[in-house]
Amino acid sequence: MNPTWSRFNITSVVLGFAFLYLPIVLLIIFSFNESKLVTVWGGFSTKWYGSLFRNQGLMDAAWVTLRVGVISASVATVFGTLAALALTRYTRFRGRVLFSGMVFAPLVMPEVITGLSLLLLFVAVGLDRGFLTVTLAHITFTMCFVAVVVQARLMSFDRSLEEAAMDLGAPPVKTFFQVTLPVIAPAIVSGWMLAFTLSLDDLVIASFASGPGATTLPMKIYSQVRLGVTPEINAACTLMIAVVAVGVIAASIVNKRREFQRQRDEQAAQRG
Amino acid sequence: MKSLGSIRRSFAPWNDPSAKPYISFENVTKVFGDFTAVDNLSLAIYEKEFFALLGGSGSGKSTLLRMLAGFDNPTSGRIMLDGQDLRGIPPYRRPLNMMFQSYALFPHMTVEANVGFGLKQEGMPKADIDARVAEMLKLVKLEQFAKRKPHQLSGGQRQRVALARSVAKRPKVLLLDEPLGALDKKLREETQFELMDLQQSLGLTFVVVTHDQEEAMTMADRIAILDKGQLMQVATPAEIYEAPASRFVANFVGNVNMFEGTVASRDAGIARVTGASGAEIVVDNAGDAAAGNAIAFAVRPEKIKVSSKRPEGAVNAMEGEVYDLAYLGDMTVYRVRLADGQVIQASALNSSRASDDPLTWHDRAWISFQPDAGIVLTR
Repeated sequence: MNPTWSRFNITSVVLGFAFLYLPIVLLIIFSFNESKLVTVWGGFSTKWYGSLFRNQGLMDAAWVTLRVGVISASVATVFGTLAALALTRYTRFRGRVLFSGMVFAPLVMPEVITGLSLLLLFVAVGLDRGFLTVTLAHITFTMCFVAVVVQARLMSFDRSLEEAAMDLGAPPVKTFFQVTLPVIAPAIVSGWMLAFTLSLDDLVIASFASGPGATTLPMKIYSQVRLGVTPEINAACTLMIAVVAVGVIAASIVNKRREFQRQRDEQAAQRG
Repeated sequence: MKSLGSIRRSFAPWNDPSAKPYISFENVTKVFGDFTAVDNLSLAIYEKEFFALLGGSGSGKSTLLRMLAGFDNPTSGRIMLDGQDLRGIPPYRRPLNMMFQSYALFPHMTVEANVGFGLKQEGMPKADIDARVAEMLKLVKLEQFAKRKPHQLSGGQRQRVALARSVAKRPKVLLLDEPLGALDKKLREETQFELMDLQQSLGLTFVVVTHDQEEAMTMADRIAILDKGQLMQVATPAEIYEAPASRFVANFVGNVNMFEGTVASRDAGIARVTGASGAEIVVDNAGDAAAGNAIAFAVRPEKIKVSSKRPEGAVNAMEGEVYDLAYLGDMTVYRVRLADGQVIQASALNSSRASDDPLTWHDRAWISFQPDAGIVLTR
């Protein structure tokens, strides 16, 4: 590969990245603004970070979001993995096509519809809207993402590993926990992370399914912004960006290292 | 004393009418959808036998092995192991272990943990597991690799881990699915003899599935030739090679020349056979072929002599032209085209460094063979 940096190339790269990242960079810069006015630069300061941690409303919302995210991602991971197992392993049961279509429908379903239908359901069965209903709603819509990720891994899974385990005396349940689960664990972890992230930044479905006392961070930010953006919100968003960025970078470094280590091991093994 | 091939076997329970089969397939049929993988097949395997299932793809050999291991169940018929019907017994309760073609090593476990996996399932105490694992790794010469993961091993080492893992539980029977398929030629030849030694020293019954006839010939006490889910022949390697039961078996194992013809006359064991072109050959051991029967006389290339002149006193001799030659060092392969167009393959061992009767391309040449050089095939 021999990239020649023509003026056209440079321009399009700069424009593309500016389009993607300029708003975020602005947000980060203004989170360090001394001034109370969001769009006027008044010198560097970290005071909004301090006041953010003293803002009980935002902190409560963050805590709710975190709990909803962890619980819903965990439950969705269990259900999504089970669905993926059923869909890849028992390929001949009645209504498989219908079932797999139904599992993946929420992927393309407009969030407004998912949210509204969940709301109707909760009202119909008389569930008071609150922490439980948001969590249930998030399990519902993140489960299919987990199923997709885990199913992709199971497709390339060598079934003879399971046969070998059974051949060596492990009954099906033990085989699952000692062989299948550890081998597909990376996909399950990615599924969990995906579900957690989706739950973390969901606004639409949470707005429908949540009730008093269970305001999530995106809902809180959205409602505050309608009253005017404060530098505190900028600080909160910057922290969220930092958490996500650190997570993504750490995950890719770990992956790269493992890949590199594996290649080196394989080369060493080939040499004898 | 005459014996087929050049081997005298002392281990031959299949010839002993009082010997009981250890594994037996009784009228086993396996149907997948509308495909019959195994078709009403019966087969007996004896204790401590090294038994090979040989066939092409789709011959049903792997299905037989999988049914024995318990991963598939027969559609009809039954499989007996040591007098016990295996029907309904899940794979994890069968006293046999399998070595998989892909090796199926658990990628998240070390070599040690892989080898000890089966013992752990049995609930063996940790100290005993460690001792057995060490013993197994010593057996396959992988002691220093105990802490490695499978991806840190070469293909040959992985194969040996798979082997150690499958014999760690001291199964009564070891099933091997194309055990040497993924190894290169040199390693394969070494490993063949290692497997035979292992089978001898552990006193196990081995059932190996292979598509490689050389592998089966080298290792097995007996070979079953399979085609389209049916058993073609079960016999020792020497019998398969020197006395194939049908044209299919003769063609499947090794090279063969077929002299097709009709039996003209029969006198005790001797028959005169007239070929399509009118040439007559005399054959011995004609079996039950009666006058008028269409038969094939199958002769292996090394039992055909090639010479520039008609050998004196030769009973069966035909003239042709040297069509192709291949000098392979230890032997030379001749392809001679006869007057009727049939190409005969003959091979001569180069037992001395120079030849008295050198031939070259397009020479006139005679091929000759003894009446008992081949076998009469009616099927």
